[in-house]
Amino acid sequence: MTLGVVMLAHTAFDRVEQLVRHWSAAGCPVVLHIDENVPQTAYQQLVTSLSDLKDIRFSKRFRCEWGTWGIVQATKAATAQLLEEFPKADRVYLCSGSCLPLRPIKDLEAYLDAHPGTDFIESATSADVRWAVGGLDAERFTLRFPFSWRKQRRLFDAYVRLQRRFKYERSLPEGIRPHLGSQWWCLTRETLEAILSDPDLDRYDRYFRTVWIPDESYFQTLARRHAKTIESRSLTLSKFDFQGKPNVFYNDHLKALQESRCFVARKIWHRADLLYDTFLAPQSVPSGIEEPRPSRLIRSLENAVLRRTRGRPGLVMQSRHPRDGWENGLTAAPYSVFEGFSELFVDFEPWLSKLTGFKVHGRLFAKDHVPFELDEATYAGAMPASAAIRDYDPEQFLRNLIWNLRGERQCFQYGPTDDPRISWTLAKDANAQISVISGAWAIPLFQSGEPIEKIRTSASKMQTAEQDHISILNSYYARARIRIWTLADFLNNPFSQFKPVIDEIAPRTNAKSYEFPDMVDLTGFSDFLQDLRNAGMHPHLTGDFPPDQTLPMAPAPQRSKIGQAS
Amino acid sequence: MGVIQSYKLRLQRKRWRIRAYRKGRDIKPVSDKTAQIAKDDILVLSTFRNENVRLPHFLDYYRDLGVQHFLMVDNDSTDGGREYLADQPDVSLWTTTASYKRARFGVDWLTWLQIRHAHGHWCLTVDPDELFVYPFCDTRPMRALTDWLDASSIRSFSAMLLDLYPKGPIDAHPYRRGQNPIELANWFDAGNYTIKKNKRYGNLWIQGGPRMRKFFTDLPERAPALNKIPLVKWNRAYVYISSTHTLLPRGLNLTYDEWGGEKASGVLLHTKFLDTFGDKATEELERKQHYAGSHEYRAYAEGLGEDLDLWCPWSDRYRDWRQLEVLGLMSKGNWV
Repeated sequence: MTLGVVMLAHTAFDRVEQLVRHWSAAGCPVVLHIDENVPQTAYQQLVTSLSDLKDIRFSKRFRCEWGTWGIVQATKAATAQLLEEFPKADRVYLCSGSCLPLRPIKDLEAYLDAHPGTDFIESATSADVRWAVGGLDAERFTLRFPFSWRKQRRLFDAYVRLQRRFKYERSLPEGIRPHLGSQWWCLTRETLEAILSDPDLDRYDRYFRTVWIPDESYFQTLARRHAKTIESRSLTLSKFDFQGKPNVFYNDHLKALQESRCFVARKIWHRADLLYDTFLAPQSVPSGIEEPRPSRLIRSLENAVLRRTRGRPGLVMQSRHPRDGWENGLTAAPYSVFEGFSELFVDFEPWLSKLTGFKVHGRLFAKDHVPFELDEATYAGAMPASAAIRDYDPEQFLRNLIWNLRGERQCFQYGPTDDPRISWTLAKDANAQISVISGAWAIPLFQSGEPIEKIRTSASKMQTAEQDHISILNSYYARARIRIWTLADFLNNPFSQFKPVIDEIAPRTNAKSYEFPDMVDLTGFSDFLQDLRNAGMHPHLTGDFPPDQTLPMAPAPQRSKIGQAS
Repeated sequence: MGVIQSYKLRLQRKRWRIRAYRKGRDIKPVSDKTAQIAKDDILVLSTFRNENVRLPHFLDYYRDLGVQHFLMVDNDSTDGGREYLADQPDVSLWTTTASYKRARFGVDWLTWLQIRHAHGHWCLTVDPDELFVYPFCDTRPMRALTDWLDASSIRSFSAMLLDLYPKGPIDAHPYRRGQNPIELANWFDAGNYTIKKNKRYGNLWIQGGPRMRKFFTDLPERAPALNKIPLVKWNRAYVYISSTHTLLPRGLNLTYDEWGGEKASGVLLHTKFLDTFGDKATEELERKQHYAGSHEYRAYAEGLGEDLDLWCPWSDRYRDWRQLEVLGLMSKGNWV
């Protein structure tokens, strides 16, 4: 079997020469198409530099602009010339001047021998592909595209809109069903001859002339008409990025390319000396006909597209600054917010930290200070415990904090005297678990022993603030995991209310029974609330508080095992 | 943004250009080797004053990355830096005694050089204490990056300023000429940055890092800007408006994605905080040639009294660009 090569090139002719010599040394005849846009001197230079090789031809030159008919014309002319001038060639490999063979050519030939009569061409109907750029897949075939996408984008877009507006749709020529696929194929002589001698070819050509990116559909469609056995995949590793331009490989891809076991890869940076030197070294020993396995490499390429289009959730940085609603996650990791727990329980924070092993902060959004865990002066990511800096951008403060310790759950306290600007962020964040005991702010007031007239005003302020906060938590936009109890409700059965919160975030403590922290002494709290009411302030967020005698936990703080409590 | 606003910015851009022509007369060539500049060369532009001790490493660092030519403006150095640069084969040097402040902190001089010599070139504008780091910079030359940017139709590339500092007092170890400053200052703040969008110019405004943490805890809004767009495929119609933070036309400032994705970006390692910093701060304070009434240097001078140490237990030690990418300070974007 003889493998013929059609190579389309327009730049980096030193590499083209190297590649041609490599194919040629393996006994492959090569027909080169050089873009008409290339200056005559550069073209002549290449012709001269390759003049010592026997089975090299230069085909008639066409102007090749991305996405236009010229590329198909060039491919057709070069292929026809190859078939005619090298009757021995029974397979044709289409490649570009930046496609690099990664395995010995003998491997490729043996592989093709093992698949006699098979056409390797990626070819799928437009309904089934998702790689098309600009949302044009089916429309490639039903609209006309007389303008260049690269150079006349406005005209291109306007003309597409115009055709859509008037519901223009061209009819397909009879006998074909449009297929799309990678430009790079390897076809048999029989298939190519059948395509090129198709009696209806002129009609098809007229049609494809104004199809968009015909180099990805012309042979892909016609091969469906003429080929006997189609293997719908390309032997050339070529992956597009999200802009629809091929990925480029560099020296540091050497190992990944070797491991991919692909026959040919595109596109290679023309200054990647190490790749050219390694893969174009005098033919190494054939290594067999094993299948290419590029999945690992392709996965890393696909991850790059994801990074470019979706980004890392919860990250805001110099080159990722999502608009409202486009964050793909407001923060990077789950965290918990506790409201009213520190007021109700004695030493709640150390207890929580000991039980769960999580980072437990104080009221991070408190007025004048930032009580990080253990009252550190700086925290993860070198965040300073400065209230001014935090208040400069509270949302970014939260995002930084969560991002800096992603992988570890953090918990912090929040209350009605804290910065209210963070409420919406917390409510909208699906990573937040928010547990609120409403009205618990009354406990410290109760403990303060201050005269009721003094307390009245601040109680009223706190209640209003908490009410605002809670209505945000209850809003339609809230996506956090939110639980809200009034103080009275919570006290009714504190541990069975609280246990699910802990179980949700620390499932491993689930099986064991654990001790709850002591509650503060609430003897007289009922009377205190009544005093507030008498002073004209109605503490409705505490819930409907029974008189002291019937408070379940009130008489004396007591230890309770969860196993017994429920 | 309306047509009027757009037109105002256009006029502003023209004004800066005219100003550059005027201020350009202030700088005199010492060694003009610009005839050597070839068509695709990558250029570095920089102004400096008394940075002799840093210059050898600065040149070597960028030569290693594949920079072909340096366009440098000396602002009245007295430490031999001018003489040293005049002898370098790939440096074109100008000198001036004119006011740095009145040349918009050197921007006017550089704009003039850019108009004359940088048109059509990839052009990196950095200070002598800034080392450019981009994705894969340990395995790929800068040309690989600029080729990729060209192919992706990207004209400008952002690299935020990342302040590096030593552990312990910043003057504990003297910096030797030619030494890699990262050997001494190799700690940084990984995650305490705030970002705001500037509506007028469309650029992001980044603040934070050790300077905000140490000197601006009560006045965060006065903390220095860390956003920079140092690498631009230059066109003579472009201008930098304040340092390399902001450009006109506005499209060049859109180096970030607003729909959730990450664009590729790099970092400028800022090696200002070495033993040389103390003298520099005192000197600059006397000259009053810096931004916002030298507020920044005043704050430093106050900090310096007590053995300035920027290190904290949560500082990260600098390893390589991959570390910065994992920390989210820069991104590979879709460059693989």
